[in-house]
Amino acid sequence: MSGFRWLHDYLAALEGEHVVLREEADPHTLPPAHRLMVDGEDWGSAAKVSAAFGHRHAGVWGEHIGDWIIVRACLAFEGDYLVLETPVSPQRPVLPSHSPYYSGIDRLERHLQDMLGVAFLDHPDSRRWTRHQAWPEGSYPLRHESPASGTPPKRTPADSDYPFVEVLGSGVYQIPVGPVHAGIIEPGHFRFHAVGEDVLRLEQRLGYVHKGIEKIAEGRDPEGLARLAGRISGDTTVAHTWAACMAMERAYDVSVPPLALAIRAILAERERIANHLGDIGAICNDVGFAFAHMQCARLREQWQRGNQSVFGHRLLMDRIVPGGVFRTLTYQCAELLKTQNQDLSKELDSLLPILEDQPSLQDRLANTGVLAAEDARRLGVTGYVGKASGMDYDVRRDHAYAPYDRLTVESPCLSAGDVAARVQVRASEIRHSLGLLNCLMENLPKGPVQAEWTQPAKAIEGIGVVEGWRGEIVTYVRLGEDGRVQRFFARDPSWFSWPALEQLIHGNIVADFPVCNKSVNASYSGHDL
Amino acid sequence: MNASLWALTLLQVLLYAALAPLLVGWVRKIKALLQNRKGASVWQPYRDLYKLFGKEARMAHTASILFRAAPYIVFVATWLAASAIPLIAIPMPTSAIADVIVIAGLLALARFFLALAGMDVGTAFGGMGASREMFVSALAEPAMLMAVFTLAMTAHSTNLASVVEYQLVNDNILRPSYMFALAGLMLVAIAETGRIPADNPATHLELTMIHEAMILEYSGRHLALMEWAAQLKLLLYGVLLANVFFPWGIGQGTGFAAASIGLVVIVTKLALLGVALAVSETVLAKMRVFRVPAFLNLALLLALLGLLSHVILEVGA
Repeated sequence: MSGFRWLHDYLAALEGEHVVLREEADPHTLPPAHRLMVDGEDWGSAAKVSAAFGHRHAGVWGEHIGDWIIVRACLAFEGDYLVLETPVSPQRPVLPSHSPYYSGIDRLERHLQDMLGVAFLDHPDSRRWTRHQAWPEGSYPLRHESPASGTPPKRTPADSDYPFVEVLGSGVYQIPVGPVHAGIIEPGHFRFHAVGEDVLRLEQRLGYVHKGIEKIAEGRDPEGLARLAGRISGDTTVAHTWAACMAMERAYDVSVPPLALAIRAILAERERIANHLGDIGAICNDVGFAFAHMQCARLREQWQRGNQSVFGHRLLMDRIVPGGVFRTLTYQCAELLKTQNQDLSKELDSLLPILEDQPSLQDRLANTGVLAAEDARRLGVTGYVGKASGMDYDVRRDHAYAPYDRLTVESPCLSAGDVAARVQVRASEIRHSLGLLNCLMENLPKGPVQAEWTQPAKAIEGIGVVEGWRGEIVTYVRLGEDGRVQRFFARDPSWFSWPALEQLIHGNIVADFPVCNKSVNASYSGHDL
Repeated sequence: MNASLWALTLLQVLLYAALAPLLVGWVRKIKALLQNRKGASVWQPYRDLYKLFGKEARMAHTASILFRAAPYIVFVATWLAASAIPLIAIPMPTSAIADVIVIAGLLALARFFLALAGMDVGTAFGGMGASREMFVSALAEPAMLMAVFTLAMTAHSTNLASVVEYQLVNDNILRPSYMFALAGLMLVAIAETGRIPADNPATHLELTMIHEAMILEYSGRHLALMEWAAQLKLLLYGVLLANVFFPWGIGQGTGFAAASIGLVVIVTKLALLGVALAVSETVLAKMRVFRVPAFLNLALLLALLGLLSHVILEVGA
């Protein structure tokens, strides 16, 4: 965190672009982010200035409040977060787009367009994204008038006329894959254009697991919201719950006891390790190296059984609650976790060198699916995909939140950008997380694990930023006077890693897509909301 | 005499069909053990076949008669090809009808219909698998023939029974040409039977498949026949390697005792080969599709070296 040293220059640059800032904005209502209110006409110019400053776009979302649609965009720079806000009239809902300056924001804007009916001028792509053909034209699920149950049609029309961008030429053929896949994975459609084995273009069509998370969050109490956030993406349940709780705790100014924070970090690091282990094995399996898959599956299983016996849930769902964690860590449990750490690092000492020294494996992983550093920066990718392509950003280190502010967080950063680099980042993150776990276990604070939860009777909002195992999660929560949720938006890192996959598959062969896909392992559910 | 010869041949042919799933089950079992897993029983492929034969065969609306006929053609052609390779005893009336060129032809016929069936329904995966299969086999076939010709030149016959007999009767000297041919044929066998590193028989990823992609649309008895044919092909190559290069122990007469010993010996040889295959599949990852030509070029080169070393070192010696 740089403490907004750049803000002064930024404001001057905005003035230079004649961006009018609205006076009534109180910049300190969304800590630790800084809020700026801009006029609708200046929405695009603000993004232009940000892009020139080198800000990373961290998401855009909207909300129907009273007679207005409020659109918010989150930008990150040097570990600080800036929230731009603008009102849009539902009668004439148009706004300049950020996509010309930030190509990674394309789908979030289309999502916003589908959900609230805000049309983005000069947006390169006007096709629907999340709102599939079952929704009639002109129905916008997140507007007030739209019921939470939706208006389901008797029979969903066939999904056959989505206008994929076509590549023409002799010998070009299309390969449709999905939405139902052969493995036990989530649904999503991939349309390849290929000549022979070479992929010319990959286009994704997602939204098949849209669950209406944003809509059904409305009217929930904080506990209910935390449970819902834990179900955005099953493999990221800890990080999403933490982000949602963090947003609410900041809004209510609740300070979470140190022991609860330490336990939260233990849960988050254990989630990271479990998923990275599974991924490393699955990547190897996709190139026919089943040995690694079996070993990693075994290690992951043991790890999750540890979760079950210590925390009572294999995936650690609902272990974080608003104001703290569900229960304290007993001495025996802490000892068991320590033993597990030692066992795992011993196993990894023998397993990882095998993978690194396997020539036939490295032959497949090296130089496959290269995401150039330039593309990673342009799309704003975080997490292991970004770290393997030179994006040296880790929320735990660069925007340190408790308890990581007291710890030394190391974050690997490589420049190769290929599948092998993404495996390497995962492997070193597992190592670092084991180190963090040891550190946390040795200095466990004492005290309660649950803060007093007081709700002031006023509408309030908060933002939570957490490093999930896939990367940065940004969550926004607004609660009404009655303490019920009015708006909840969780931006999973997959919003940016999906476009990165489309990018990195260029120049690869069709048969290498599965391993590239697995190395990115973006979440369908977290993206479709 | 003639009747017992035919009876023995019939027994061999039936044994081929009966043993094929066992070899696959054995390889899978060893692979599982090498991965620290228990793995399914070696009888699992039989259960799978039984299950598939009992299931309804579903057909795509666009499927033509070719799609229905292909499993039978593929299975019969593969089986016929296998029947011309001595399994437990050498004297075989079938070997007078079919020599190694016929075997290669029958395998090509099976592959031809397999590829056509893959394309018949019109799905992208079937076409992709068919094109990859043709790409691989176009390179594998010359290498295979070249390797077998090396043996044929030594024995002065393209008939496999004569080749085996020649080696048994004449001498036990180590021929360099045989070593090269063996190495070349092993690589061909791996590519042709769709094993790692050329193809992955265990994958569920449509986009990486070769053989599996072509039979994705099959179900029920059709799928069972396709699977069985693939298992037969693996056994065929296994027997080819085991009996042609290491013929010792194979029955030379028509007697029951010789045939029984021959059976025990070939099962042992195949078990050892299965272990070798499982080990190589465990330590290797699948290679990129475009590396397969280099792999098969190596096979061709080895076979060619075998042929050359035969001409240079062994002719007239």
